[in-house]
Amino acid sequence: MKNFWVILKRELAAYFNSPIAYVFIIIFLMLSAGFTFFVSGFYDTNQADLRAFFSWHPWLYLFLIPSASMRLWAEERRSGTVELLLTLPVTLADVVLGKFVASWLFVGLALFLTFPMVFTVAYLGAPDGGVILAGYLGSFLMAGAYLAIGCAASALTRNQVVAFILAVVVSLLFVLVGFGVFTGILASFLPSGLLDLVAQLGFITHFDSIQRGVLDSRDLLYFLSVMGWMLAANVVILEARRGE
Amino acid sequence: MIEVRKLVKDFGPIRAVDGICFKVGKGEILGFLGPNGAGKSTTMKILTCFLPPTSGTAIVGEVDVRKDSLAVRRKVGYLPEGTPLYSDMDVLGFLRFVAEVRGFRGEEAAAAVDRVMASCRLERVRHQSIDTLSKGFRQRVGFAQAILHDPPVLILDEPTDGLDPNQKHEVRDLIKSMGKEKCIILSTHILEEVEAVCTRAIIIDRGRIVADETPEGLRRRSRQHGALQLLVEADGAAMENELAELDGVEKVTCEALDDSKLCRVRIYSSADSIPLQPVLDRLAGKKCPVREVTLLKGSLDEVFRSITRKEGAAA
Ligand SMILES: Nc1ncnc2c1ncn2[C@@H]1O[C@H](COP(=O)(O)OP(=O)(O)OP(=O)(O)O)[C@@H](O)[C@H]1O
Ligand SMILES: [Mg+2]
Repeated sequence: MKNFWVILKRELAAYFNSPIAYVFIIIFLMLSAGFTFFVSGFYDTNQADLRAFFSWHPWLYLFLIPSASMRLWAEERRSGTVELLLTLPVTLADVVLGKFVASWLFVGLALFLTFPMVFTVAYLGAPDGGVILAGYLGSFLMAGAYLAIGCAASALTRNQVVAFILAVVVSLLFVLVGFGVFTGILASFLPSGLLDLVAQLGFITHFDSIQRGVLDSRDLLYFLSVMGWMLAANVVILEARRGE
Repeated sequence: MIEVRKLVKDFGPIRAVDGICFKVGKGEILGFLGPNGAGKSTTMKILTCFLPPTSGTAIVGEVDVRKDSLAVRRKVGYLPEGTPLYSDMDVLGFLRFVAEVRGFRGEEAAAAVDRVMASCRLERVRHQSIDTLSKGFRQRVGFAQAILHDPPVLILDEPTDGLDPNQKHEVRDLIKSMGKEKCIILSTHILEEVEAVCTRAIIIDRGRIVADETPEGLRRRSRQHGALQLLVEADGAAMENELAELDGVEKVTCEALDDSKLCRVRIYSSADSIPLQPVLDRLAGKKCPVREVTLLKGSLDEVFRSITRKEGAAA
């Protein structure tokens, strides 16, 4: 467990030692503000909440988060440092968790830096602080789920581009399940009971429900279990493909 | 300290390591030799618990690699082939990271890092990014990382690969100086290195051990070993018969050197010692001045090639 912290520290430093961190943060901030203000017409709706802002997050994360996670294992494999790392006295759990949590904190920082949005709504009216907080929590949890998928994808290959594409494709499945249009298509041939079940597997259903300000433990559990399963997959993949 | 038992490693249809057995004790420096793809690195990866064996096992410092990989990894210092390092870190940061993973904290970690920086002469690049290091320094950082926790077992995959002669010499001295209290395995393609540092050499070919001896013993296998070489001013062919008549001489070869009237004569003997005096007397009688006399030691290169090629032909 001590090594978890050592790995976490190294991985966090690795983000900030490379330009990726700054590019990621700047692009994330620009896109999230840009979509909110220009595409959703934040000022026109004249509502003192961050709905318009958060509703873009699943789509932003879909492309941005794989870029933050693609490096994690693929680069270790490409440069051979995975051999160095895994012959040190560390457990796979420590390494996998350390890398994951580092990337989560990093994305959390990017998310935190959107705080001026809160001031903007506060200026526009009297927003519900609890709902905003829940929105941030939901977004952070969802980011963790995307990242865990990205980590597992990165462990599969030594090529960062492949890791990126894999992560986007898998994440897209999680987004589409439960997304309006897609649900419509499924509704044409699935019985409604099954349809609900399928919708429960998607990110958006749970993210929306947290965003409304209702903290249902099922939603939290959903995101945590996606992370858990994906990180377990990450461990299994590493174990199985060590030498390749 | 290390005991390898019938180790086998398959990569799909490829059998990289094919039933290797050997033991290495404390104070030994074992050189791993073998052609490319022989299975040296694969064996080392199993010993350091990076790869699991397909069958068989290895005991490293009383611990079985299949049973307690963490305990094995604590005892082993490992320099992987090609010296992979985190290029986004600086030397100090990297060694500090390894120290912390190895369980050193605070002052202790700083002291351990300072110690290896001194013994590997890394102070000058302390704050340099690993990205920008020259190959020699990279290699030294990899070496420093491996010995940081003063491990009882050291496994080095081509530790002097790509170093200039001075640095090779330095690294060898470092290895030799640690050889007394540790058990060291190193792989190399440089045969003189084996003679310079190793107490024992194992030659692997296609995943099997084909020789396991001291470097001296290996050299004794050479056909040239113990042969007498003379540089003589003479006509070759005539002399060959002349000398072959002498007692104790088994075979004589003569080779004219192009650029002079000199001739290189090699005399192989069946007896333990070459009949040097009779040879010289005979040559003096023929009025052939002898320019140079050498007792050949034989070359490991030749032994290496004859052993690994012979095996190749058999397969
Ligand atoms: N991950 C892998 N997947 C498939 N085959 C592999 C893998 N690693 C090694 N091999 C094969 O195993 C054999 C032994 O390789 P190994 O790297 O152990 O050789 P080596 O003795 O270290 O050679 P060299 O002197 O070139 O370093 C080779 O045929 C190699 O192609
Ligand atoms: Mg090798």
